[in-house]
Amino acid sequence: MNLTLHIWRQKNASDPGRMVRYEAKNVNADMSFLEMLDVLNEELTLKGEDPVAFDSDCREGICGMCGFMINGVAHGPQRGTTVCQLHMRRFKEGDQLHLEPWRARAFPVIKDLVVDRSAFDRIIQAGGFISVSTGSAPDGNAILVPKPAADLAMDAAACIGCGACVAACPNAAAALFTGAKITHLAKLPQGQPERYQRVLGMVAQARQDLFGSCTNIGECEAVCPKAIPLDVIAGMNRDFIKASWERREEVIEKGAG
Amino acid sequence: MQLDSRIPSGPIEKAWDKARFEMKLVNPANKRKYSVIVVGSGLAGASASASLAELGYNVKCFCFQDSPRRAHSIAAQGGINAAKNYQNDGDSIYRLFYDTVKGGDFRAREANVYRLAQISVNIIDQCVAQGVPFAREYGGTLANRSFGGAQVSRTFYARGQTGQQLLLGAYQALERQVASGKVKMLARTEMLGLAVIDGRARGIVTRDLITGKVESHVADAVVLASGGYGNVYYLSTNAKGSNCTAIWRAHKRGAAFANPCFTQIHPTCIPVSGEYQSKLTLMSESLRNDGRIWVPKKKGDKRTPEQIPDAERDYYLERRYPSFGNLVPRDVASRNAKAVCDEGRGVGETGLGVYLDFSDAIQRLGADGIRERYGNLFEMYERITGEDPYRVPMRIFPAIHYTMGGLWVDYHLMSTIPGLFVIGEANFSDHGANRLGASALMQGLADGYFILPYTLGNYLAGAKLEKVDTAHAEFRSVENEVNAMTRRLLSIRGKRTVSSFHRELGKTLWEDCGMSRNRASLEGAIRKIRVLREEFWGNADVLGGGEELNQALEHAGRVADFLELGELLAIDALQRDESCGGHFREEHQTPDGEALRDDERFCYAAAWEYAGAGGQPVLNKEPLKFEYVPPTQRSYK
Amino acid sequence: MSSVAADSHVHRAFHFYQESLGKKVVMAATGVVLFGYLVAHLLGNMQVYLGAEQMDNYAAFLHSMPALLWGVRALLLISIVGHIVSSIQLARLKSAARPVSYVKKEAIASSYASRTMMWSGPIIAFFVIFHILDLTTGAAGAAQFQDLRAYENLVYSFRRVPVAAFYIVAMVLLCMHLYHGLWSMFQSMGVSHPRYTPIIKRAAAWVAILMAVGFISIPISVLTGLVGANL
Repeated sequence: MNLTLHIWRQKNASDPGRMVRYEAKNVNADMSFLEMLDVLNEELTLKGEDPVAFDSDCREGICGMCGFMINGVAHGPQRGTTVCQLHMRRFKEGDQLHLEPWRARAFPVIKDLVVDRSAFDRIIQAGGFISVSTGSAPDGNAILVPKPAADLAMDAAACIGCGACVAACPNAAAALFTGAKITHLAKLPQGQPERYQRVLGMVAQARQDLFGSCTNIGECEAVCPKAIPLDVIAGMNRDFIKASWERREEVIEKGAG
Repeated sequence: MQLDSRIPSGPIEKAWDKARFEMKLVNPANKRKYSVIVVGSGLAGASASASLAELGYNVKCFCFQDSPRRAHSIAAQGGINAAKNYQNDGDSIYRLFYDTVKGGDFRAREANVYRLAQISVNIIDQCVAQGVPFAREYGGTLANRSFGGAQVSRTFYARGQTGQQLLLGAYQALERQVASGKVKMLARTEMLGLAVIDGRARGIVTRDLITGKVESHVADAVVLASGGYGNVYYLSTNAKGSNCTAIWRAHKRGAAFANPCFTQIHPTCIPVSGEYQSKLTLMSESLRNDGRIWVPKKKGDKRTPEQIPDAERDYYLERRYPSFGNLVPRDVASRNAKAVCDEGRGVGETGLGVYLDFSDAIQRLGADGIRERYGNLFEMYERITGEDPYRVPMRIFPAIHYTMGGLWVDYHLMSTIPGLFVIGEANFSDHGANRLGASALMQGLADGYFILPYTLGNYLAGAKLEKVDTAHAEFRSVENEVNAMTRRLLSIRGKRTVSSFHRELGKTLWEDCGMSRNRASLEGAIRKIRVLREEFWGNADVLGGGEELNQALEHAGRVADFLELGELLAIDALQRDESCGGHFREEHQTPDGEALRDDERFCYAAAWEYAGAGGQPVLNKEPLKFEYVPPTQRSYK
Repeated sequence: MSSVAADSHVHRAFHFYQESLGKKVVMAATGVVLFGYLVAHLLGNMQVYLGAEQMDNYAAFLHSMPALLWGVRALLLISIVGHIVSSIQLARLKSAARPVSYVKKEAIASSYASRTMMWSGPIIAFFVIFHILDLTTGAAGAAQFQDLRAYENLVYSFRRVPVAAFYIVAMVLLCMHLYHGLWSMFQSMGVSHPRYTPIIKRAAAWVAILMAVGFISIPISVLTGLVGANL
């Protein structure tokens, strides 16, 4: 099949950027979307044109490195699928495809479709962990975890940190990402000691990184390649309200900086 | 070169305890005076960085991806082994040790493997405490499954995403230390050179992948945790970015490279569909627990699978290995798939595939039962191939998956360069000539959480390190080398893309040095790779500049290294004139086609020394002794 | 920070409201108050169908308790201010969070109502001001406006077709606003469960529709002569 691509080209962070039109000829239906771009890039290279920069690594939908907008939808038209797992059989002859990077203040564009998502790492640094140093763990079966709790924790822990939720959110909020980690750890007994401190820290960090606020509309859930449910945001809100109510001075002092 | 493996003397059960007791300790107050560089942020790198920082060392951790959480450990699906014996089915540390030595076809170091089995139990505890959501029984205890042909259920798992969850656990521990200021994380930064001062590794030279800035970093020790080199084959289950650059550049500065020819081919991957293919996708080995592998009995049978009656199907693994059946080790399953395809009985358009059929299992357990066990894998298969495996058998074919070879390390995980430690898949590791399923995660975490933090301390406590800074002439010289290579790559402006060279290198290695090898094919591979390398430096086309995000330039540097490593891989395979594990020399097989070892001549680890560009690499041998598991012919009949 | 650190309650509230989650809780809580008022107001208005006497007596009854009346008005005013201030602050966060917008963006899951809260809200607020001037103070009321003659004021007002039309449009928007807002309140307050959330969503939709139908029935009844024909 033959497709027309309109790709966001931006040389670097300070370049204003623009859409550029490319023709993709003889696209094989069994190709993945990124393989289609690989072929385009090889053609551009041989013509002496700068290939399109995009991030990808594992190409099996788990590392979370890839992702951009295809016709205004994060990761493209197939639900529950990262762009590296999206195959060209989803498209048809003559389709016009608009490719744009994730857009958010917190995710500045580095080049073309590549953005800086280090803000997600900072949210994790603000509390997305259990403070247990190597060597100090009790036996794995010492604390029993009910199967439903473990399953719910796993549902939330499946987040790959790709940023599609932020990209799809009209407010560029990081609520689904933050809520997923908070919920993962809050469901497990091991996560309890730091539960409320964690939510205060992570929520504050998301604000400092200039993510927007959630308006409960559900675009994030719809584009999430791992189908993380909106419930995790409610869970975060619940823990935040409780944590704010019970907040102690020492926590405030620690979090105030 | 002297290879001192530093294996503790005395009974193997006590070896690690003894070694730990004999190690020198760094005074707690002094730890903050030391700095350590860790290259790579996968299971090994992240766990090591976090653990070292918890002890008080100052750590700088590097990764080429945009976040440490992207490291390819994340893609491991199946699980992690541990000798917990929670299932009361007769497992023990000794049994895990025994299985691993045997599974590695007697080419691993016994003492290392024993230590790995011992530590396996601590890993599970640590990961549970970090909040890794392992699968649970209804009573709340940890669930286990049997995996990769093991006769006991010792594999812990988190759905089909065990690697992801373990990595996120280590990543979170790492981020906690980043927050505390003990770890400085440098993402999108690639190591391009190693600085060796007074015979010790004292730092690295990196390139910032966004700005192109080349920079030196000084430290008291350097740890490489940069993963395996499977992408030398171009098509592999590794991530697109996985590369050998860190270990290869260290090799060129003096670290011996051991057993490069020990590569693992995973039997259950989705077959190649076309020339554009950028990578291969693994389907978890756990599928072999319920799927039955078959091909038509007739050559060139072009009927669709449902048109072929049972009597005309050859369930070749069940036929040849009645007791293990579809669960034979990876190397055996892969070779058999290749054999039936070579006979012309392969399936699918390319003839390079065999069926993995779930129809019996669906009848037995129902579609829902199968969905519960493998739902996400089935979905992934359908996404990629467009076929529904609930109705049509999957098509699978072997693909490069893991590399057992790597930089040579002693019992302390230190390379032949003092102060340069190598952990995880990057070292030549504990898996011998073949890795068992669910053992890679175990080894990466054992190295990072529980071995390196001790052995590195011992090194620092015993070493007299001069104070150096990045102004040292060694850093200038490594930086110059790095800059010169960048300039050279950018100035070729030839007519072929870097990818086309990479593809050709991969094709050559896959055909001549893949699932089976022989003298002629290996000699041919060495010749072809040399020619290809020559052409690369004269005809590769790398556009753009060095002072910007330039993915083509990154790729070109990695392919340049693969073109050198590929040759060493073939040289090693040629030298090892025996079959063992994943290394199958066609000249050496039993009458029924099994790998035939030659313990008289080849019971050693081959550690290669770099001899300069164009020089013939020098072979050093570390003899392997088997005092506890006597070498036998592996049999899975 | 040190000036507020002395008082932990102030400090706590400050930190709570500093986060967008805190602002949303304020929005949800004030939304609950406003929704409660709407229910009461609708029930009160339904008395229009019981005739002029009932309606005027009800108005007189409310005015017979000035303390309560002004108390409720004050609470409503505070809630409206809280609702609007938090929504403006959140909207500013939104535009700051995505300074460069997409060339092409599709909404694939969200409802029209949820995406237009920042349109329906201000229009409703504008309507409320007009509504008070029209039927409470009479400043924008019909020529025949008389204080506390609720029934007559209402009928005369709605006989002006543009006023009735504006009222109906505002109530449709209110319905949409409630449709998303009612469910959203639960989510913001952290109430969510895979089993109950769909029920809450459906209930929110029905409540919103029923309320809009109730309110809209009044101008229609006036225009069709069903109410106030005797005037």
